This record gives sequence, structure tokens and C-alpha cells, in this order.
Amino acid sequence: MKFSATWMIALRALRRNPMRTGLTMLGIIIGVAAVIGMVAIGTGAKEQVASSIAQIGQNTVMVMSGAPSRGGVRGGWGSLPTLTRQDYEAIRNEIPGVIRATPDVRKNTQVAAGNQNVNTTVNGAGEDYADIRAWDFVEGGNFSATDVRTAAKVAILGNTVATNLFGDASPIGQIVRIQNAPYTVIGLLKPKGMNMMGSDQDDLALVPWSSALVRLTGTDSFRSMTVQAESAEQVDRVMEDIAALLRQRHRLREGAEDDFQVRSQQEIMEMATSTARTMTLLLGAIAGVSLLVGGIGIMNIMLVSVTERTREIGVRLAVGARGIDILLQFLVEAVVLSVGGGLVGIGLGIGIAQAVSAKLGWNTLVSPESVTLAFAFSAAIGIFFGFYPARKAAGLDPIEALRYE
Amino acid sequence: MDAKPVIRLEGVEKVYQTGEVAVKAVRGVSLTVRRGEFAAVMGASGSGKSTLMNLIGCLDRPTAGRYWLDGEEVGELTKNELSQVRNQRLGFVFQGFNLLARTSALENVELPLLYSPHGHGRRELRRRSLAALEQVGLAARAGHHPSQLSGGQQQRVAIARALVNEPALLLADEPTGNLDTRTSLEIMAIFQALNEKGMTILMVTHEPDIARYCRREIVMRDGRIIRDEPVADRLAAAAELAHAWNPEDAP
Ligand SMILES: Nc1ncnc2c1ncn2[C@@H]1O[C@H](COP(=O)(O)OP(=O)(O)O)[C@@H](O)[C@H]1O
Ligand SMILES: [Mg+2]
Repeated sequence: MKFSATWMIALRALRRNPMRTGLTMLGIIIGVAAVIGMVAIGTGAKEQVASSIAQIGQNTVMVMSGAPSRGGVRGGWGSLPTLTRQDYEAIRNEIPGVIRATPDVRKNTQVAAGNQNVNTTVNGAGEDYADIRAWDFVEGGNFSATDVRTAAKVAILGNTVATNLFGDASPIGQIVRIQNAPYTVIGLLKPKGMNMMGSDQDDLALVPWSSALVRLTGTDSFRSMTVQAESAEQVDRVMEDIAALLRQRHRLREGAEDDFQVRSQQEIMEMATSTARTMTLLLGAIAGVSLLVGGIGIMNIMLVSVTERTREIGVRLAVGARGIDILLQFLVEAVVLSVGGGLVGIGLGIGIAQAVSAKLGWNTLVSPESVTLAFAFSAAIGIFFGFYPARKAAGLDPIEALRYE
Repeated sequence: MDAKPVIRLEGVEKVYQTGEVAVKAVRGVSLTVRRGEFAAVMGASGSGKSTLMNLIGCLDRPTAGRYWLDGEEVGELTKNELSQVRNQRLGFVFQGFNLLARTSALENVELPLLYSPHGHGRRELRRRSLAALEQVGLAARAGHHPSQLSGGQQQRVAIARALVNEPALLLADEPTGNLDTRTSLEIMAIFQALNEKGMTILMVTHEPDIARYCRREIVMRDGRIIRDEPVADRLAAAAELAHAWNPEDAP
């Protein structure tokens, strides 16, 4: 007997009972779709975290105010603004290997021009901000060191803010008002578009941090700053130097706890991605259980079907089927169910991932590995859970099977 | 009668062991059926006819005795070889038709071809199954499922299935048992026509009327053959059908 005949026999048997076939597949469909969808969401979140951390810039070190977490209570990044402008100047000027640094002062507020106004994030930044982030200008240029030193009323606009205020006209040289103070626009940043989380990276305005401290926050300290080392090899030493410098500047006695945290971009990345990986594994494992349940569903249906189809098996044996033919038929049926369910499930999983991206704005990523794995796994489930019922069917005696009521 | 023996049984016995009780269904049957014969196995219910047919049909193995099919000793064949024998050399027609439900007549007839070692192509499958259906006058119903066919039509599908691999021997266990007189006559007409063309047929019936269309009558009682003789006044089913009133059952 040719294998194509087994194939045909199995497909015909499945077609004879479309309802049962569909319901059996459903278990696998849901299982595979859950695995693909969950892993896509987890992987997407990981990628998103990684890429948003990469946005901070290469070889960077984050300095945050506030003590590191202790006893499970986490103050959060930069919960207390303990970093002063003098700390910043000292880090920038005294530590060898530091090539750029910028404080990070943020304020959500209104920016107006003429009779237009928009709500956006105003970022108090240093002259190095754009360079650290490798962000180019469409028009105009960066703050000068003098702008920062003199707390000049100059602003750089993100593309979204510029478009909302000035339409297609060039914003360069125009005046924008931020909390009633007029700022001259000196630069327009290149559009970056949505980040992977779906938030608009171009919805911001930059002013010199000195201006932001004076006019927007009214404080003299920052919650955090970003420092860029000259090379990857220097990052560790720069971190140690920053810590030593800040301890000295904050007059922390020996044994006293830091009132700041220094983290390299690499560390932050590893922490965040390992959390995301754990989440992906957990989601995948939960989904895997449902795939397993789907496999048991196949075995259940196949077992019931062997009993229910005893006479059919008897007829097949009577007209000349061998045990192996019956075994292969039931095995192929199980594999067609599981692989068919797997394929539909992969499609559905990709659909779910895309729907989640579109509706919730989450980043998702369907990796080829997860598709291959889900496919291989569903085929394996078919063979594994199909084998026992198939062997049971193949072991039947023709005359007893025919006599079965 | 000096044609080659197709079936040769020698002291064949079959004992069913159900728990404590052993039922001797067939008690030492010796029988020879030669090429071209058309024999009826008769006897009361429980006399062992079906048991004997299942043994001859290689669906079951005897507990004692020997059986040669076309000169080959069946007792020495493996399970898979028995499957091949059922597939290639025998056609078996059951009393209860035993068609696959929700499966077209054509696909039911194709079944033995699918298990044939020759591995026919799709076209060939179709062609041969249609030819077999044609032989029983049911080609027009090829696409119908068993539930859409009358009893007689279902039995004809079952006969087509038994014929599709062109076996030399046709076995039928009460093929007309579930059918009315007229439909039974149609089935007998088909068997007679097949026999005319040289097919060896062995069929079970408990109706003496039906046995009169055969050439030989074998009567069983309590698992033994008590009479075995030629049918004296043999009837022709086709001729009787021609005289009979034309029913709606025609294909
Ligand atoms: N599978 C079986 N198990 C036990 N006894 C059986 C079985 N099949 C048939 N018998 C018994 O064997 C005897 C012959 O049965 P059977 O060959 O079916 O007779 P017939 O076909 O002539 O009516 C009966 O007494 C019946 O009860
Ligand atoms: Mg019987």
C-alpha cells in the first residue's frame, strides 16, 4: 500500500466527521495560538525595553538621586533630587574618560506660539543631550555652552511640537512661550516617530537645563543625569569615579549609604531584559500547558473514536487492511489534527499579536523560532498522543471488530 | 467435476471459549469447493454457517483442522498475509452490508483498492470502482451515501466492493437476509451472472427458495455438514425478474 493511500484514507475519515475534527483541532489551535501570542508579547516587551534603553546612548551611565533599594523597599529612580548642578559640573569636568553629560530635568507643561498651544514634555537638557542620543537636526542647531551657562531662553523643538505650533512653516527664529516666558527656537530635531510602545518620541521640547531649573521647576537639583564614557572599556572605571566623587561631594562618611545610584546602560539593560525574559518564559509556560491540554484532547478523541469506529476498523481489516495500515491511518489522522490545528493556531497567534499591537499599542514580536517550535511541538503532540489510540486500533481482530455493537 | 479446488477443508473445527463454557460452533467439517461452483450453505440458525464462512473468509482461524485456499495452506500464513489474501483473493459480502457511513458508494467500493499492494493511482481507483458499480448496476448512485440508498442498493454497493479487486472467490453470508423477495432476486441475478463468467461463489442462506438459484446445496446442523448435493431444479433469477412487475427500485 502506498503512503498516499494512507494519507487519503485518513483525510477522508477526518472529513466524514467535520464537527469532531474541528473541535479536536480547537484545543491545539488555542494552545498554539496562546504560545505564539504570549511569546510574541513577551519577546516584544523585551525588545522594546532593550531598544528604549539603547536610545539613551552608547556607553552611557545613569546617575540617579536617592538611595539604592534596600530591604525590598525601592525608592524608585531619582525619587529625591539630591544631585546638584555642582555635582554635574564636577562629574563633567573632573572625571577622566567622561566625554559628554547631560542632566535630566522634565516638566510636562504647555508650549504656545501665536494662538496655538500644545501640551508636551519640556526637557531641561545640556548641550550634549542630542549628541549622546545621536539625534540629528533637520534645521538649526544645538544649544551652545554659553546658552547653558547663561540660562538662555532658547528652545529646540521635536517634530510633533513644531508641526502642531507652526504647521509646515519653519520654526527657526520663531518665539514659543513656555509658562509665559518667551524662548527663541534655534533647532528642529529629526523626527523619530513612535517608539515601540507606541508613544511619540517627537512630542517634546528642549530648553537648557539651567533655564529649566530657574523658570520651570524652581529647584537647584536634578533627579538624574546621563554621562557618556569615551569607550566601553572605561564605563566601569567612570562609574567608580562618579561614585567616589559623589560620596566625597555629599560628605558621606565611611559606612554610610549612598544617596545616589550609578548604573551603566548595560546593567539597566540586563536587569530589564532579564525581567522581560522571565515574563516571556512564564507566559510561554502557561500557554504551553494549554497546548498540552489540547494534545490530551486529541488523545481523548482518538481513543473514543477507536471505540466508536471499531466496526469501521473491522470493515477495513475485512477488505484487506493490515494492522500497520490501521496504525498509520490513526496516526496520520492524529498528526493531521495536531499539525492542522498547529498551522491555524500559528496564524491565529500572529493575528493576536498584531491585534494586540494595533489595539493596545504594545510591541509584539513573532519570532521564527517560536513558530518553528510551536509547529514541531504540535506535530510531536500528534504523534505522541496519537500513537496509543492508533496502536489500540491496529491490534483489533477483524471478526471481533466486525461483531462489535 | 474435475476443476481445481478453490477451497479445501479437512476436519475443520471452531470452538468459542466464553468464560467457562466452550461452544463448539463447527465440529469437523471437510469440504471441497471447485473453480466455477456456486454453492449455498444452508441450515438452521446457530448451526455454524457464519462461523464456517468467517473461517473460509480468513477473518478467523480454526481451532483445529486444515484449510487450503487455491492449494495454499492458510493456517501457515501470518496476520499480514491473511490481510493480503482477504484483499486480493476473496470478496466477502456481509448480511449487514458493513458499509462505511457518511462515505459515498464510490469511496466504499474503492476501499479494498486502497489496501491493495499494487498501489493504484487516483484515476485508476476511480475507474475500477466505477466499473465495479457498473457491474451491479449502480453507477448512477456512485455519489450517494449509504443512508441515501435502499437496502438492496446498499447490498449491491457491498457486492461491488467485494468484486473490485477481481477476486476468484466470492463469499457471502446471508446477502439477502435483510432484503425483500424482489430485491433478493436482483442480488441472486447478479450472483448468477458473475458465476456464469466463471466466478466461484459460496453463499449462506437459510431460505430454501434462495438456494434454488445456486448449483449446489450444503446443509449444516450443529456444526456439521449433514447433506451436500447438487440443486436439481435450478432457477434463473434474471428470467424471473423479467417476468416480474417493474418496481421503482430499478437503478
Ligand atoms: N463470538 C462467539 N462467541 C461465542 N459463541 C459464538 C460466537 N459466534 C457464534 N457463536 C455460537 O456458535 C454457534 C454457531 O453460530 P453461527 O456460526 O453464527 O451460526 P449461524 O450463522 O448458522 O446462525 C452458535 O451456537 C453461536 O451461539
Ligand atoms: Mg449467521
